[in-house]
Amino acid sequence: MIGGLFIYNHKGEVLISRVYRDDIGRNAVDAFRVNVIHARQQVRSPVNNIARTSFFHVKRSNIWLAAVTKQNVNAAMVFEFLYKMCDVMAAYFGKISEENIKNNFVLIYELLDEILDFGYPQNSETGALKTFITQQGIKSQTKEEQSQITSQVTGQIGWRREGIKYRRNELFLDVLESVNLLMSPQGQVLSAHVSGRVVMKSYLSGMPECKFGMNDKIVIDKQGKGGATDEAAKSELGGSGKQSIAIDDCTFHQCVRLSKFDSERSISFIPPDGDYELMRYRTTKDIILPFRVIPLVREVGRTKLEVKVVIKSNFKPSLLAQKIEVRIPTPLNTSGVQVICMKGKAKYKASENAIVWKIKRMAGMKESQISAEIELLPTNDKKKWARPPISMNFEVPFAPSGLKVRYLKVFEPKLNYSDHDVIKWVRYIGRSGIYETRC
Amino acid sequence: MPAVSKGDGMRGLAVFISDIRNCKSKEAEIKRINKELANIRSKFKGDKALDGYSKKKYVCKLLFIFLLGHDIDFGHMEAVNLLSSNKYTEKQIGYLFISVLVNSNSDLISLINNGIKNDLASRNPTFINLALHCIANVGSREMAEAFAADIPRILVAGDSMDSVKQSAALCLLRLNRTSPDLVPMGEWTARVVHLLNDQHLGVVTAATSLITTLAQKSPDDFKTSVSLAVARLSRIVTSASTDLQDYTYYFVAAPWLSVKLLRLLQCYPPPEDGAIRARLVECLESILNKAQEPPKSKKVQHSNAKNAVLFEAISLIIHHDSEPTLLVRACNQLGQFLQHRETNLRYLALESMCTLASSEFSHEAVKTHIETVISALKTERDVSVRQRAVDLLYAMCDRSNSKQIVAEMLSYLETADYSIREEIVLKVAILAEKYAVDYTWYVDTILSLIRMAGDYVSEEVWYRVIQIVINRDDVQGYAAKTVFEALQAPACHENLVKVGGYILGEFGNLIAGDARSSPLVQFNLLHSKFHLCSVPTRALLLSAYIKFINLFPEVKGTIQEVLKSDSQLRNADVELQQRAVEYLRLSCIASTDILATVLEEMPPFPERESSILAKLKRKKGPGVTLPDLEDQRKERGANVNGGSEHGASNSAATPSPPESAADLLTAAPTPTNRPRPVSSSSLLQPMLSPLSCLSSLSPLSSFAHQGTAATMSATAAGPLFQVSPSTSTDLLGLASPAPSTGGSLLVDVFSELHAPEQASAEAPAPPVADDNFSRFVCKNNGVLYENQLLQIGLKSEYRQNLGRMYVFFGNKTSTQFLNFSASVLCQEPLHSQLNIHAKPADPTVEGGAQLQQTLNIECVSDFVDAPVLNIQFRYGGTLQKMAVKLPITLNKFLQPTEMVSQDFFQRWKQLGAPQQEVQKIFKSKHSMDTEVTKAKIIGFGAALLDGVDPNPSNFVGAGVIHTKTTQVGCLLRLEPNTQAQMYRLTLRTSRDTVSQRLCDLLSDQF
Repeated sequence: MIGGLFIYNHKGEVLISRVYRDDIGRNAVDAFRVNVIHARQQVRSPVNNIARTSFFHVKRSNIWLAAVTKQNVNAAMVFEFLYKMCDVMAAYFGKISEENIKNNFVLIYELLDEILDFGYPQNSETGALKTFITQQGIKSQTKEEQSQITSQVTGQIGWRREGIKYRRNELFLDVLESVNLLMSPQGQVLSAHVSGRVVMKSYLSGMPECKFGMNDKIVIDKQGKGGATDEAAKSELGGSGKQSIAIDDCTFHQCVRLSKFDSERSISFIPPDGDYELMRYRTTKDIILPFRVIPLVREVGRTKLEVKVVIKSNFKPSLLAQKIEVRIPTPLNTSGVQVICMKGKAKYKASENAIVWKIKRMAGMKESQISAEIELLPTNDKKKWARPPISMNFEVPFAPSGLKVRYLKVFEPKLNYSDHDVIKWVRYIGRSGIYETRC
Repeated sequence: MPAVSKGDGMRGLAVFISDIRNCKSKEAEIKRINKELANIRSKFKGDKALDGYSKKKYVCKLLFIFLLGHDIDFGHMEAVNLLSSNKYTEKQIGYLFISVLVNSNSDLISLINNGIKNDLASRNPTFINLALHCIANVGSREMAEAFAADIPRILVAGDSMDSVKQSAALCLLRLNRTSPDLVPMGEWTARVVHLLNDQHLGVVTAATSLITTLAQKSPDDFKTSVSLAVARLSRIVTSASTDLQDYTYYFVAAPWLSVKLLRLLQCYPPPEDGAIRARLVECLESILNKAQEPPKSKKVQHSNAKNAVLFEAISLIIHHDSEPTLLVRACNQLGQFLQHRETNLRYLALESMCTLASSEFSHEAVKTHIETVISALKTERDVSVRQRAVDLLYAMCDRSNSKQIVAEMLSYLETADYSIREEIVLKVAILAEKYAVDYTWYVDTILSLIRMAGDYVSEEVWYRVIQIVINRDDVQGYAAKTVFEALQAPACHENLVKVGGYILGEFGNLIAGDARSSPLVQFNLLHSKFHLCSVPTRALLLSAYIKFINLFPEVKGTIQEVLKSDSQLRNADVELQQRAVEYLRLSCIASTDILATVLEEMPPFPERESSILAKLKRKKGPGVTLPDLEDQRKERGANVNGGSEHGASNSAATPSPPESAADLLTAAPTPTNRPRPVSSSSLLQPMLSPLSCLSSLSPLSSFAHQGTAATMSATAAGPLFQVSPSTSTDLLGLASPAPSTGGSLLVDVFSELHAPEQASAEAPAPPVADDNFSRFVCKNNGVLYENQLLQIGLKSEYRQNLGRMYVFFGNKTSTQFLNFSASVLCQEPLHSQLNIHAKPADPTVEGGAQLQQTLNIECVSDFVDAPVLNIQFRYGGTLQKMAVKLPITLNKFLQPTEMVSQDFFQRWKQLGAPQQEVQKIFKSKHSMDTEVTKAKIIGFGAALLDGVDPNPSNFVGAGVIHTKTTQVGCLLRLEPNTQAQMYRLTLRTSRDTVSQRLCDLLSDQF
């Protein structure tokens, strides 16, 4: 039960203010500005309680979105809603920026009226919303169209309208993963996990029923026990690379039939039209770490520091990693830096207190090295430098969790196209999340 | 100050600042700052030397970044280098950075001090000024240590420029405030005074501030300043406003200087020299005259400056309190301000008038403004002004106008702001009591007070009503009637129920004749409130019911029914249940005679200071002015009497629960000096009858014994006390369930009584620690006191009437104690009984070290109290004070005497007079080990005589107490009863006080 929703710019000026419940007063807007945006100490907690009122906020570039409530709400629900709200806005007018919000404020109020009712989240599916919240002004709709909208919004399948027709039935599927790592200087993994998303874009006619299969360990094991012979199982074990992955937890888009997933662990659904996120998941076991960082830091007296960092790529030589960036933090009393690197470009960025080393492309099973000499200014502070970890960014064309799409079947009994007629595209992208190595 | 030329504008700094102002977000700002810091670091690191300009620029940037809230940990060296520059702007930035950023423990401090020293010695006045400003801004102890000696020299040097003198005076003032002990007083002080005659008014202003502060510290050194100040003041006051050029502020001549001079004069009594005095009076008069003149400007600054001088002059007049005409004129002037439309002026006028009211000369003059003040109370919009009006009304109240003022305050109370209600209630209560000619008026006032603002009426107020009603026969009937009527209101405040319950319980019979307030009606009225009240009030009401049974036998049945009901007899609250059970049994079993005795009317309370006054004082702190000085004095006298009586009653030990009625009889006479108006012979009379029946009341008495004896409150000096030493007694002790509340009221009063007499004590004296005191009665060495900082150990030896005690002070911390001092304080009677000579101790105690102090003791005559050791020292900047009772007790001068059985009994018989013997029966606190007991008796100082007593388990001892004047023989006998875990201790000495004291000391040990 969200009491109100405010959007601020970076200065704390209110761009959008929508209050849903009477228990939220006008001063709540100011309370958040004073205590969070303009707080003397930077506020890190996304949830703040000010005068018995809870403020949940997310930040997109320089824009603050804050949901306010006086009740004891489910915080996860509120954040889910805020993220959804960001997605919806992005789907309507692109990047969320102060200018875009100012230009579209009528639309935003309209959206807010639609997706929250008395503080309860309603349908936030962009595809469905776009059918009746448009920027083109009121088209004279026929009675039929109106009743169609009504039946769709109030019906069982709120996320897809009837009578969609495409000449080419196409389907795009992206597996997007971000891999998080914390490694000790000796190369011991302290913590690692992959959080992934299966994002789809579907252009299918009619009301198709889809079935998605992947190498989930439980499904594979069940099949192995049920139908497959021992030999098959053996060959699986002997084969290079693992065949199945253990998913720790997953969440689905509302279109997925959860009862079927619970009983048979099969993912079947009637897809929304256009972009949507089919599922989210997390794995922690048997993660393929695409890069290994080997740091070497040597303090030479009080005024000099020598840093050497080696990165090794750890995947098939045929694959190419992109957008590689290594960030080596420097002490706060750095007065000068000399860098030598074999590949890519490296630069000392004083404003970020770090050496940033960028490599455009790097194939698998290679290694590269950077060495830097850092000059220090003697200070009267006896505090030792805390040595923050070296962090890394990259993009690789495979799923570090090992997830594989086994099949994606489409059935549309009413229309005359079959699974074979649908053109399907599958893509794997692995990105770095927080990928850090201590030095 | 040389003007900053345009070329010095530091473009880089301006660009940096504007960059930061233009940052869109916090992150961007931090990035910009990081970039700048890296840049500055690379610049400072650079091998080539920076020129002064860029050094200044970068130090400025660092300063700006620091002021934005970021840590700066470099650049100090560069800043120190700037100090040695010859350019004003560079030096200035260097000093600025140092005063803002350098902390005292830095290794650069010696470099900085060197720089400052050079500047102080330079011939350039602006450099000297910069250095002085830096010292004053930092103002740390280290700075004071380094420069405190130099600055006075600059201040009084003949060739110093005016601006330098000005800065030096203010700098010295600042150092004097931060570390007064480091500023040396010397021959310069005399010359500082002459700065008051300086040509330059700025110097005079600065010097006056300094002299005022110094004069507060050591008034005698600056006595000569009075005449100079008066001369200077008269020159300012009489000058035409154009004379003083720069120092004329909106047509007022040097207002700041005038105010400061007037304040300086307030450090001293009125000047004795007639000429000076006449001149001062003339000045004050002309200031008062100027207030009457039409304003020369309509600007608010003009009137503010003029009034500032005026108010300071008035406070000087009040301070002197010697010129009746001036006082009256001041009062009239303030009276005009009372109606001024400026709120601040009204506030100040009320505040000053409050002090004026306490002066005997102007009290009458203040009283003429009563109407204005009352209207201020009612119409003022600002609550703080109303508060002042209340204070003033309180201060101007006396016998002639008390009725009016109390009535006004009462009527105002209904609409008063919540924040000041409690205070008004207290003040009304005090005034009503103080000026009550007619006690019916008093009762009316207080009852309406409770009715109107019950929540704000503190316990003390209603305690006091009851005390007064009980002590005044003439008002009792009226009080009962009024209370009865007040209780008939459908909703009463709980405090009213308390007063009602108490008064009807005591004096309900006085109005019972009227059919409208027959006993049953009274009871029903009280009982109708019963269920709405809290537990303490219910307990009080139960006591009132039992008193009703005595007063009106006809309602006995009804009340017994109430007591029998489950809600009483099985109440979850132990106190209520016990009362119900005991009262029910008492009413069933006891005959009317017994009831009449047990539930007799309360005896009058001893006269003592109103506890409300004590509370008000506590609330307001020192400085509460009392309206009538003579009254105040009288009150104090009365207090002391009341208080000392009380002390005695408090010291009368609570008797242990008696085992049988017979024991009770022997034990009871001990606390004879309880403050009772009944003589001791008649005391026994009413006691006997309940006691004889007590044995027949076995269920009750046994039950009563389970009740703890400790609940006996010292106040409970009533007949009921002897029946059962359980909680039922406190009906008379103002009905408090635990004695602590009843007791605390008394203790409060007691403690407050002496406070005004030691009025000058700025800080409250620390509580005297005596935890370990009793452990030292039977031994001479050990640890007396210990806290986180300090441990005090003792070693002592005694021979005849002389003793020597070594006190060891151990510093438990790692830092040293400064200004350490320990002194022994003997309170009045003890002072002449005991001579203690303490050798002075070293003023510093190093961390972890021990300090020894030797005390030589001589016992002149027998004594009771113990001397107190006052310790104070400075630890980490804070002053620590503590007081410990020194275990020098009478028995330390007891020397053992061996004697045979025959001698012993002969002497025992010789000391047979009743006052020479003291006997005490008490419960054992420790296990009853024979050997331990023997050791204790020997440690006590007596010789243990074997084979004297026919019963071998008894202990017999003998000894002589040596004092300078006499020797007192002591015989003691201790009879343990292992079965009952009791002891009986008998002491016979030739002096009754000695017997009593020794008995108290020794009985504590077992």
